[in-house]
Amino acid sequence: MAELGRAALLLALGLSAYATLVGGYAAWTRRRRLALSAQNALVAAFAATAVASAVLVAALARRDFSFVYVASHISRDLPLPYALSAFWGGQAGSLLLWLLVLSGYSAAAVALGRRAGRDLLAWVVPILGGVCTFFALLVVVVATPFATQPAPADGAGMTASLQNPYMLAHPPMLYLGYVGLAIPWAFAMGALLARRTDERWIVATRRWTLAAWGFLGVGQLLGSHWAYEEVGWGGYYAWDPVENAALMPWLAATAYLHSVMIQEKRGMLKVWNVVLVILAFALSIFGTFLTRSGIVNSIHAFTQGSIGPWFVAFIALSLAFSLYLLFTRLPILRAKTRLESLVSREATFLYNNLLLVALCLTILWGVLFPLVSEAVRGEAIVVGPPYYNFFLLVFGLPLLLLMGIGPLIAWRRASPRAVGRTFLWPLGVSLAAGAALLAAGAGSSIPGLVGYTFCAFVLASIALEFVRGTRARRALGAGSWPGAFASLVAQNRRRYGGYVVHAAVVLLAVGVIGSSLYQTVAEQQLRPGETMQAGDYALTYVSLERRPTQNAREVRAVLAVERGGRPLGTIEAGKNSYPVEQQVTNEVAVRSDLRTGEDLFVIADQIDPDGAVFFTAFVKPLVNLIWLAGFVFVGGALVAMWPDAREQRRLALRYDGVAARVEA
Amino acid sequence: MTALALVLAALLAAACVVYVARPFLREPEAADDRLDEPGELERRRLALEEERDRALAALKQLEFDHRTGAVSDEDYRALVGSLRRQAADALRALELRAAETAETTEGTVVARS
Repeated sequence: MAELGRAALLLALGLSAYATLVGGYAAWTRRRRLALSAQNALVAAFAATAVASAVLVAALARRDFSFVYVASHISRDLPLPYALSAFWGGQAGSLLLWLLVLSGYSAAAVALGRRAGRDLLAWVVPILGGVCTFFALLVVVVATPFATQPAPADGAGMTASLQNPYMLAHPPMLYLGYVGLAIPWAFAMGALLARRTDERWIVATRRWTLAAWGFLGVGQLLGSHWAYEEVGWGGYYAWDPVENAALMPWLAATAYLHSVMIQEKRGMLKVWNVVLVILAFALSIFGTFLTRSGIVNSIHAFTQGSIGPWFVAFIALSLAFSLYLLFTRLPILRAKTRLESLVSREATFLYNNLLLVALCLTILWGVLFPLVSEAVRGEAIVVGPPYYNFFLLVFGLPLLLLMGIGPLIAWRRASPRAVGRTFLWPLGVSLAAGAALLAAGAGSSIPGLVGYTFCAFVLASIALEFVRGTRARRALGAGSWPGAFASLVAQNRRRYGGYVVHAAVVLLAVGVIGSSLYQTVAEQQLRPGETMQAGDYALTYVSLERRPTQNAREVRAVLAVERGGRPLGTIEAGKNSYPVEQQVTNEVAVRSDLRTGEDLFVIADQIDPDGAVFFTAFVKPLVNLIWLAGFVFVGGALVAMWPDAREQRRLALRYDGVAARVEA
Repeated sequence: MTALALVLAALLAAACVVYVARPFLREPEAADDRLDEPGELERRRLALEEERDRALAALKQLEFDHRTGAVSDEDYRALVGSLRRQAADALRALELRAAETAETTEGTVVARS
């Protein structure tokens, strides 16, 4: 069936090129049927890509080793879910997934984008078609998943660290996020090409952007959890270039989601919003380039290097195209209104934007520095975690504080006296929390203490917003407290959904600060029967067990855990060896205390033939709040995204009325 | 397997071609093949509607924030006047535009009859 896959990809390439060229011509010459035909080509490109993807999935499920891709990435013994996850486990398959998601998003954008207006959609189609053409070209010419060979008896197997349940969800989530950022970019470019200065493109892409940003956020958290459990070094984020590659577009999209509100509410920052959309899209392609080019040294990167120049050319081309359009349309993007005061909601959004973009560019510089230093001095100087951690503190702490300040300040301007009065409660709560933490011994880390005090301030300001809003709704006749609360959120889902996301960021910050600045580490070699101390925990090495699994051999050191003399059961840390892949992985033991959010995390670093094991044990306070933050984040994003029937009606009156008048 | 794959590929290609050609198959002789775009009048109306919605939403937000206590009486008094003026200006401009459009349409109808 490889022929069917190849033919379907060729077809997808042809259809994408048709959507680009014919769609561009139709938009330029204002031909209606030709524009509709180009839209259909984009939908058909998705169908063709779906067929190609189905062929690859079937080959993986049947373990058809006549496909070079299948033979290179799985083996006969590999459990089925992991065999299927090899779809995105290799270069060619992951590029096919990019194309599948992109063409699927494009088809959906065409189907759902009618409110954007035919004139705008006519320009969006060739732009999305252009991106589809690039990825279709890659999977047809550079890295095809449908190359065939005489089938070997068994495949090479899958990289051991990828054989983890998180790898079933983490890469697709990231792809849904990365690729989703192409939609707002295409609509923004379409609006510039159509010389539209209204907010249609923003309204049309609001949910797309939120969804892409949400997927990217969840994808990163899943990736962090994978690193925590699978990579086995005791952390969840290592400032690896490929990890940074996913963080940068997320930061740019976060900045955009805030600044776009200023455009919607005040008609300001039109140019800045387009810049952020361009930045987010360019960084999403740059992230894909980093993962695939082999240009940086990362545990997450694919090894092939031939694809890099294609990506560099595409990034350069799309940036040149975007910036040319932006500069030529500057006169029509000028805002009529100005910032009235530096103490206002929009001003705090602006400060938040500057900090987010500064953090994003600082990370970008850290990622690029080894390449720059190699080009200039002939020596690649890798930028390590201290650089990133320093700037995370410099930009992250003020960002955290702004999350608390922003909701308390009115739009347009606020008098110092009113600000002082509003700040009273959150400030009091945060100072009391800081004092209590200091008394409890949290002063061992000053950045930690400051961070926690800021977190308390933000949580207090969010709580204050909900309490005051609910009380006002109740006074307006919303009935009971729960009814008033539900009515408050329903009336302004983006605002209160946003606050829930802020609460998730606070949980994340509390977890990160606790688990990194207040963690305890202990290392010791033990023989069976010996005990080591890690924080309050006593770990007694009981025995070493060996057992086979479907495709690996497990060795596990069993440890009995006690705290304060109370037995807490046993945990197992060890290693897996994969004979087909000829790889060994660390399999860490994690004992979570869901009551305190703390983890006991044990690595069996070295297992000697005589049964002695060198253990590294971490006690990570509050680390589980990081994963809890993921659920709160999803909840907040869903609230913000949930359609508001009244707003839909208002927008329908505004835009569909115009469309009807135009199309009449 | 190859023959079956090629047949399936040919069917897929044929279906895609038909789907892409569908706008022309449905309307072989279109009376009007122009891709309409809003004229200056429509663009201006849209801008005014956005302005009106923005001012009304800001007023609503201000009223609510004042009620919750997030905006002081002093700030409320300083802001509400200008927001009301903005909303009124946008509404007046929209009404004026609507009247002009109606007159233009009426004139066109009279001239045609």
